[in-house]
Amino acid sequence: MAQAPTTYETYVQQFRALEERLRLPTWLQERRREALGRFLSLGFPTARRGNEPWKYTDLRPLAATPFQEPPQEERIPSRLSLLPRSPGWDTVTVVAGATHSRHLRPDGAWVGDLRKALAEAPQALEEHLARYAIYHDDAFAALNTALFQDLVVVMVPPGIAVRRPLHVAFVAPDAPLPYAQYPRLLVLVGREARLILVESYLGLAPGPYMTDAVTEVFLGEGASLEHYRLLLEEGAYHIGLLRMRQERDAHLRSLFFGRGCRIGRNDVRVELDGPGGEAYLWGLYVTQGQEHLDNYINIDHIKPHCTSRLIYRGILDGSSHAIFGGTVYVRPGAVKTDAEQEDKNLLLSPEAEVDSKPSLEIYADDVKCGHGAAAGALAQDALFYMRSRGLDEATATLLLIKGFAAAVLDEVRLPRLRTFLEQATVAALPRLKALS
Amino acid sequence: MTGEVVLEIRGLRAGVGGVEILKGIDLTVRLGEVHAIMGPNGSGKSTLVNILAGKPDYEVLAGQVIYKGMDLLAMSPDERAREGIFLAFQYPVEVPGVRVREFLRTALDAIREHRGEEKLSVKEFNRLLQEKAREVGMGQDILRRNVNEGFSGGEKKRHEILQLLLLDPTLALLDETDSGLDIDALKVVAQGINRYRGPEKAVLLVTHYQRILNYVEPDHVHVLMDGRIVASGGRELALEVEAKGYEWLRQAVES
Repeated sequence: MAQAPTTYETYVQQFRALEERLRLPTWLQERRREALGRFLSLGFPTARRGNEPWKYTDLRPLAATPFQEPPQEERIPSRLSLLPRSPGWDTVTVVAGATHSRHLRPDGAWVGDLRKALAEAPQALEEHLARYAIYHDDAFAALNTALFQDLVVVMVPPGIAVRRPLHVAFVAPDAPLPYAQYPRLLVLVGREARLILVESYLGLAPGPYMTDAVTEVFLGEGASLEHYRLLLEEGAYHIGLLRMRQERDAHLRSLFFGRGCRIGRNDVRVELDGPGGEAYLWGLYVTQGQEHLDNYINIDHIKPHCTSRLIYRGILDGSSHAIFGGTVYVRPGAVKTDAEQEDKNLLLSPEAEVDSKPSLEIYADDVKCGHGAAAGALAQDALFYMRSRGLDEATATLLLIKGFAAAVLDEVRLPRLRTFLEQATVAALPRLKALS
Repeated sequence: MTGEVVLEIRGLRAGVGGVEILKGIDLTVRLGEVHAIMGPNGSGKSTLVNILAGKPDYEVLAGQVIYKGMDLLAMSPDERAREGIFLAFQYPVEVPGVRVREFLRTALDAIREHRGEEKLSVKEFNRLLQEKAREVGMGQDILRRNVNEGFSGGEKKRHEILQLLLLDPTLALLDETDSGLDIDALKVVAQGINRYRGPEKAVLLVTHYQRILNYVEPDHVHVLMDGRIVASGGRELALEVEAKGYEWLRQAVES
């Protein structure tokens, strides 16, 4: 189902130029060449009938745009104040896919760019890179694998608990449009190691531009990751892939915050590949105007005795459109699976639209699974109750919306980030910004 | 000042969805007074206090309500609250994700600001809130919970009285605050109302039962039936209703 190959000529040229420039080891170049081939034969997915994963998201505007190679930015843009910050965090900044802060040595963790990883950790890289974000059936995983020019690798050795949160900030600079960037992050948390990771995507360009981002996470036995992923790219076609694999007894808390985009996709897959694993996923998406955000989340219970929770909230205004497609798979033999998912939406405008489709596919006996979805306007009775105590309509509305978001934001354990996200929620809704 | 008319309802007719519920209410309330409004289910008691508080679902068909010299029906619910009207809800509403402490602080700030008073500091507010919580026998833990979420029936009603004491309005509208309470909770609620009442305050106490009037002495008792006040009197009227039931009054009115 490939589109007209001429559309993709630019990607082939970029691949050749990078091949020339990067001079990668054979194993990696082989994977990239294979990935390019897969991309060319898959083509960008279209919302055609029978293509269930893309049923609600029309990628034709993206597919029709001839994205140029990422801009080569030497400097870190100054507008990073738009990102959450804390003196207690270590930060790595990646601009248009090129990694800065090379010399960072976070306490306990190994952090490096592509050159450093190839020099110092070639085996880990070969073992894990492109092993979780499978590119054979996914055009965006394939395109990123073929075209990323740099990446960030984070490794935590076994038994090490990294105390300082690590923030990896991917910035789309204000550069000539339309360009595409291919952020890539590989996180390996060793046996019984611990890490707190904030991963953010910030857009400084009005768009349209494309962010095709891939994050791969491997959690070793008994490892623990507290993870936050922030999508702050209103002008972008942002396709974000998060692929996680958890070994036995590994513990994951992962929280997504997404503002709407031109077209946004929050594509998450968690594989519980060892007994006793736990995955808690929260999400808050806030859309307005013509924005579009598609949450496509799969949790795969491969082994028995694993627990997963998927708790999402959406706040929609304007004529924006959001999607929640959550699927929990329970594979044969994954007995004693305990899985719940829930998506609730607050519609602030009659033109806003949400498609919320939680689903379960269960192929094992003796499991405990549940799901629920809801969408509704602001509760008028709660609004009246608050107003009857003297709160004006604006203040009452603001409190109600913050209260709705609190179901997710209360799970943020970093106080600075909690404050940032609450403000970002209000800022994402012009109607509220005017009120606050 | 005591004796001053604070609320004057004249010929109020109102309904919901085209159905007339109040069919001409006249009532004058003065500062210092407690008026009990009794009546059978569906008589319009709750409708009356909800309209006074500004609940949006109702349509006013005719009549006037003057509160402190102002046209009450022209005011928004929050303006009414800031001007000193308080409704204790029959069914207090859950406000998910909004903690009691934050909610009450925002409310008190809004009301104090309107009165031209300084905002309380966090410390002053917490002290005041704690004191009021103690007065209605509410634990500190409840102040950290979301408004009315997971509260028992008794906790919800105490929480309404706590708000009454904290926000210190001029006119309290109590909508069946006594129903569903055991005798101990009823006494706490009644104590709260008695602590609140005074020469500068007025109370409209809507109730289905006479029981609470054993603890809150009313100055006037009105019986509402089919959207009209069919009888007004003193404390003895409540006792008569208790002894004879509402049907007795209906027959008396019809004959």
